[in-house]
Amino acid sequence: MKRATFLKSLLPLAAAIVATLGTAPALAQGKVIKMIPGGDLRIIDPIQNASYISRNHGYMVYDTLFAVDSKGQVKPQMVDTFQLSADRKKYTFTLRAGLKWHDGAPVTATDCVASLKRWGAKDVSGRLLMAEVASMDVVNDSTFTMTLKEPFGLVLDALGKPSSNVPFMMPARIANTDPNQQITDATGSGPFIFKKDEWVPGNKVVYLKNPNYVPRKEPADGLAGGKVVKVDRVEWIYIPDQNTALAALTNGEADIFELPQADFIPMLQKNANIKLAADALGNQGWLRPNHLLPPFNNPKARQALQYLVNQEEYLAAAGFPDQFRVKYCGAYFMCGSPNETMAGAEAFKGQNLERAKQLMKEAGYNGEKIVVLTPSDPPVQAAAAMVTVQNLRKIGVNVDAQAMDWSTLLGRRAKKDPIDKGGWHIFHTYSVGYDVVSPVNNAYLQGTCDAAPAGWSCDKTMEDLRMAWAREGDAAKRKKLTDDIQKRAFEQTPYVNFGQFFWPMAYRSNLKGLIVTGIPVMWNVEK
Amino acid sequence: MLYVLKRVLAVIPVLGIVAVIVFLLLHLSPGDPAALIAGDTASSDDVERVRQLLGLNRPLHEQFFSWLWRLLQGDLGVSVFTGLPVAQMIGQRIEPTLWLTFLTISFAVLFAVPMGIIAAWKAGTWIDRSLMALAVLAFSLPVFLIGYLLIFGFSLGLGWLPVQGFHSLSEGFIPFIRHLILPAVSGGLVYMALIARMTRATMLEVLGEDYIRTARSRGVGNTRLLLRHALKNAAVPIVTTIGLGIALLLGGVIITESVFAIPGIGRLTVDSVLRHDYPVIQGIVLVVAAVYVFINLAIDLLYTVLDPRIRY
Repeated sequence: MKRATFLKSLLPLAAAIVATLGTAPALAQGKVIKMIPGGDLRIIDPIQNASYISRNHGYMVYDTLFAVDSKGQVKPQMVDTFQLSADRKKYTFTLRAGLKWHDGAPVTATDCVASLKRWGAKDVSGRLLMAEVASMDVVNDSTFTMTLKEPFGLVLDALGKPSSNVPFMMPARIANTDPNQQITDATGSGPFIFKKDEWVPGNKVVYLKNPNYVPRKEPADGLAGGKVVKVDRVEWIYIPDQNTALAALTNGEADIFELPQADFIPMLQKNANIKLAADALGNQGWLRPNHLLPPFNNPKARQALQYLVNQEEYLAAAGFPDQFRVKYCGAYFMCGSPNETMAGAEAFKGQNLERAKQLMKEAGYNGEKIVVLTPSDPPVQAAAAMVTVQNLRKIGVNVDAQAMDWSTLLGRRAKKDPIDKGGWHIFHTYSVGYDVVSPVNNAYLQGTCDAAPAGWSCDKTMEDLRMAWAREGDAAKRKKLTDDIQKRAFEQTPYVNFGQFFWPMAYRSNLKGLIVTGIPVMWNVEK
Repeated sequence: MLYVLKRVLAVIPVLGIVAVIVFLLLHLSPGDPAALIAGDTASSDDVERVRQLLGLNRPLHEQFFSWLWRLLQGDLGVSVFTGLPVAQMIGQRIEPTLWLTFLTISFAVLFAVPMGIIAAWKAGTWIDRSLMALAVLAFSLPVFLIGYLLIFGFSLGLGWLPVQGFHSLSEGFIPFIRHLILPAVSGGLVYMALIARMTRATMLEVLGEDYIRTARSRGVGNTRLLLRHALKNAAVPIVTTIGLGIALLLGGVIITESVFAIPGIGRLTVDSVLRHDYPVIQGIVLVVAAVYVFINLAIDLLYTVLDPRIRY
């Protein structure tokens, strides 16, 4: 055979091999949804770690006893039936039949009790609930009871808590881990199975459809209802560069872009192949002063910060277009939520720099250095810090804006030391609406001193009010307590709300049934 | 052989010094992985408990010797965040970086060496000036800008190539190469410019030598003259530049990896530094330092092949 003829004969074979090599993985994977998540999954324990990316991972892998629907109502999820005793002190929960862990073992009441104990040691609502629980007892494999010391109005709300830390159910062998120690086994009973062997931190997280998952019969509604999975595989592709992420979505290499940079929003709105969807509650920005150090150990100085803030200024700096921000929201518990109230807000509405200056003076401020932790990376926090620095300077405050990356900031803000030993005065962050909507789960409202998050607000009156709110079963009385709590919040200013904004998720228009809750859940969605 | 052995043994104290410096720098710099793990709403007690569980509250020397003891047993430790072994995390990332480095440098050499030879051969002409202008342009443009332009043109515009990601060779040659063309070109242009200028300069020097004039007077053809007589003698500095390029690329492809979302060592390094994931950073630095030392050794040994006058 001539050399040219021989080579020619090999061409179809080579083409076939190349074609096979090129398409084999795609054929094997079935229906795949690719999402660019808002962060990199580093910690697979959604109880130990309250980050939203760990929470989102939790929703893929785990299930919950209760869940909230799109109207914010708590509905049974893993629980089939529950009863409350006549004295309102004892709940009996019975699990749905057929629930299984990913390893095939049945879900038992023992697992659920262990999971609740671990969650109750970490979560702000969980701690409140556990303080009221006298005992949790296993009745049989599918039934357990929760006995309370006193009637507590928020048991179901706590068990159906939608955001960090979510009371996810885990097998007892895993749930018995110290709550501050990260678990390494992601066995759950949720609609997806975590493929740990394909996990590349900083790049890719893979979930497979759980073939043994038994969804509820009701249609999916918010985080409640039937979690029917309509794809075979979900991949989270972490793309740290926002421009590349945008290009990947535009080019069809990704189906969902969870948190596109705010200034991309107008561009995405013009793309016919892309849809944007934001949850109804949105997010709330937080300016947190350090309550331990002067001048912010004085409520007057903290109130000065209220007068310093023009919410529109902050949200514009973060880049959110008009339709994705609330013009003004004075409610500590989010505008548009069941607990929205304007009690106490009127006096602080709008920016008043003169009043802010006067209050700083009354608080004893005399030109000392005020340290504002100024992060360079998360765009909302970075923009907010710059606005605060600018406004503080406008009222004559001697500001030391210390630039650092976000992880350094998290380390730094844990320091209770005085300024000359690395202490700080102000930092900024934000929270999704779910974590703010009630006096119980709004972590930065806590006045628990050392046990409160960084900033260490210490306010016994606030704690008494929060506990009274949690115990109150009557809706009208609870509404009154909500107003009292907010008035107290404005007086004491544990933090300043720098604005409510909606951060839309962008997705390819060929996706159907995507549930928009502010948490990217992947059941019900079709491609 | 004795030289090779000596050089390999010399690596050990170098790595030891690197290990100590990196450990101290990391632990003395601000930042707290425990606070990051405990999360946004954690209390000080929670942070302290996490710190205890990770062993980060122990005295620095104790942490160092504990790490060193494990290292001597071949254990790089586990990531404080993911809980995965550091060796596994580096292993996951080494393949994309090696392929990206190989293709980047291959692209650069493939174009740069002919460019440099032609520019030297046509020195002073418009061809030389055009090629060197191209090299200056390639050297001046930031890698990320080239990357975005390539994405805009070849991915979003023409739709020929993907925007991002990496596919292992085991997943098929076509997806593998399609995902690496744009990153290799965008990262390779700078090295192409560097190697082309180095080749031109060295070739110009060699082309002025007496033996070249003699060869030319004896009627040796241009191709043979350039490739066999001139290039071979100009090879040592060019190989040095290529070797340095490989070493720099292995540790410095972070921008290319970030723009094209390639899960390589560069991105792992930056992610770990930002999170203060001490065991991972220490592991990467040790591995990269070892690779640097061995690449230098390989270049030194290559000199003896290219220039028989060199002996160690």
